[in-house]
Amino acid sequence: MKARVTVTLKPGVLDPQGRAIHNALGGLGFAGVNGVRQGKVIELDLADGTTEAEVAAMCGALLANPVIETYRIELA
Amino acid sequence: MKSAVIVFPGSNCDRDLAVALREITGVTPLMVWHRDTHLPEGLDLIALPGGFSYGDYLRSGAMSARSPVMAAVVAAANDGRAVLGVCNGFQVLTEAGLLPGALMRNAGLDFVCRDVLLRVENSRTAFSARYDTGGTIRIPVAHHDGNFTADDATLDRLEGEGRVVFRYAEPVNGSARDIAGIVNAGGNVLGLMPHPERLIDDDLGGSDGRRMFEGLVAALS
Repeated sequence: MKARVTVTLKPGVLDPQGRAIHNALGGLGFAGVNGVRQGKVIELDLADGTTEAEVAAMCGALLANPVIETYRIELA
Repeated sequence: MKSAVIVFPGSNCDRDLAVALREITGVTPLMVWHRDTHLPEGLDLIALPGGFSYGDYLRSGAMSARSPVMAAVVAAANDGRAVLGVCNGFQVLTEAGLLPGALMRNAGLDFVCRDVLLRVENSRTAFSARYDTGGTIRIPVAHHDGNFTADDATLDRLEGEGRVVFRYAEPVNGSARDIAGIVNAGGNVLGLMPHPERLIDDDLGGSDGRRMFEGLVAALS
């Protein structure tokens, strides 16, 4: 089984990289982009039967920094 | 004063830190590999160096903070042992939970590598005892992820408890409230982005960094 963890910055945490991407899109002529937030996707190949709680424990222990980030887990 | 420098894969300021400690304490520090599970006996100071440990994979300092030796460093810190984290060492200390907040990508996105002016906000710590509160010192920075971030309540607490030890006296990286270095609640763990070990001798351009180590010698010997 696989899990996909999407890690994003918490709302309100300044995202300099997202802002730079936003500016670059504007420079390329893409109007109408109101904001950009950059995150990361971590794909896990897991033993069958791994629970979402176990993946959440991995997120809490290492994959995300709760000071600045939140995460979303999708099991497949 | 007996000290140790923790060496992670990708540390690159470990030898600079060791030279500074050797020159100023008169005792050669022990170099401790990150896979060690125990620290040497009788340490007065544990130093975490700058660099790019684990290639800054995942987040700066994230992998190192979970390496075997860090359990022993956390235990020693909680026991009151002095711990100094410089640059990547500061990032490791926040990731390990010994210091609050996080160090994010510089607001300007640039790697900043130059001397900067710092204001000493609190000289009542072992790390800053040889500086004057309110005084200005010059120390080099060299980092990409030095943008200190914490929620307002944490920032207010750090300020209120005198735990902001060094503050940038000029724009550097977008750090919240221009914070350059903080201590833990016990005052025995300092993390700072600037590199005091790089300015310990006037022949090398300045000695403002030297006083940090002199203060530690006086406090810990």
